Amino acid sequence: MSELFSKKNIKLLTDPLNENNPITVQVLGVCSALAVTVKVEPAIVMGISVMVVTAFANLIISLLRNTIPDRIRIIVQLVVVAALVIIVDQILKAFAYDVSKQLSVFVGLIITNCIIMGRLEAFALGNKPWSSFLDGIGNGAGYGIILIIISILREIFGSGTLTLPGLGELRIIPTMFYEFGYKNNGLMILPPMALIVVGLIIWYQRAKNKGLMETK
Amino acid sequence: MKMKKDSNLYIFLYASILVIVVAAALSYTAETLKPIQQQNAKIEKIQNILKSVGIESTVSNAEELFNKYIPQENRIVINSKGEKAQGIEAFNIDQKAENYKTLEKRNLSLYIVKMDDGTTKTIIPLLGVGLWGPIWGYISLDTDNNTIYGAVFDHKGETPGLGAEISQTQFQKQFIGKTIFDGDKFVSITAYKGGKGAAIAAGNTKHGVDAISGGTITSKGLEKMIYDCLEGYQAYLKNK
Repeated sequence: MSELFSKKNIKLLTDPLNENNPITVQVLGVCSALAVTVKVEPAIVMGISVMVVTAFANLIISLLRNTIPDRIRIIVQLVVVAALVIIVDQILKAFAYDVSKQLSVFVGLIITNCIIMGRLEAFALGNKPWSSFLDGIGNGAGYGIILIIISILREIFGSGTLTLPGLGELRIIPTMFYEFGYKNNGLMILPPMALIVVGLIIWYQRAKNKGLMETK
Repeated sequence: MKMKKDSNLYIFLYASILVIVVAAALSYTAETLKPIQQQNAKIEKIQNILKSVGIESTVSNAEELFNKYIPQENRIVINSKGEKAQGIEAFNIDQKAENYKTLEKRNLSLYIVKMDDGTTKTIIPLLGVGLWGPIWGYISLDTDNNTIYGAVFDHKGETPGLGAEISQTQFQKQFIGKTIFDGDKFVSITAYKGGKGAAIAAGNTKHGVDAISGGTITSKGLEKMIYDCLEGYQAYLKNK
């Protein structure tokens, strides 16, 4: 057990949450982060979907790493990732139909998410299955956390609500405010504002974490 | 037998086995989940039908409400002469296949709703093409079989913010109160280009709505869909 959760392995899990975050530090997977963060529920589902795909793709590729012929390495990775994405898509269509409709093409586009291929190439091909699996979970979670933060900000200021799985739509900004002339910020619903929010998060993270600042 | 990892034979074998395994896993998943997915699609269809007459439903009570407001005998299939066809389930009609047939051969489905206030509305399913893919919807007519009581549209992959706006209530609300007959003549609904107020500017407040700016092809597709799908019902609607 101590082997499984050694310091090194824990670091694999927690690093991507902050210091090595795929979105804010490596700047990967930004496209979908802008597209699916209008409401919180789809963002959570998207985060979990990506986490499942990164974790299992890492695991499978790591298990196969010694058998994969070098010349068709990328093809093998793509086949594995594509299969996982289709499975996730089918499961969402069966058990989370509404959310799957909102996510529309973006579930399918997980295949093109740079985080996944990036982790496979950079980590899973050279590491043991268990650490690869943790690395996948960590990176997926790092992606998901940023998505959730962006979506919370966007939904509160863009629609005045929070949509949580199982709880439905909760009104955050009281209707009374609207009677006094408060208006939802329409820009929040559009992708450009999501990019600005990502920028703000990067700014905040770097201000807190001096190690991330580039030195000249 | 030891094979070299970079030999052609190994690569071919590896790729083939991988693809077979993946294909098996995928077909298994798809087949196991199919019934649940079909049920989801069915519920969504019911919800859309009910929404076109303003009845809001949830996933759990959709079927119950559907049976209450539109009992089996009120799901009707007719032909273009307005005669009822027997033995065909209106809900299961393949709309796409019907659209390809000539008007005389089409099986036209419709749903008659008994509302809480005692009035009856007629719901007609629609299917057409937008810019990127299919668009569909349900239009409900008031007791006079002429005035639109409500409309619901949805799409497969229209551009968000442009063509996809047809699925917004704001756009759909415009149809309420418009009429599809001008006297005895079937005129359907026309979508006018030019943003908000375009229909009024064109002087067609009875049968015209504002098209979506930036979504002209989808709007025109919608206009064509309504015309094509309602055309066959003329005889039935006038008879009543």
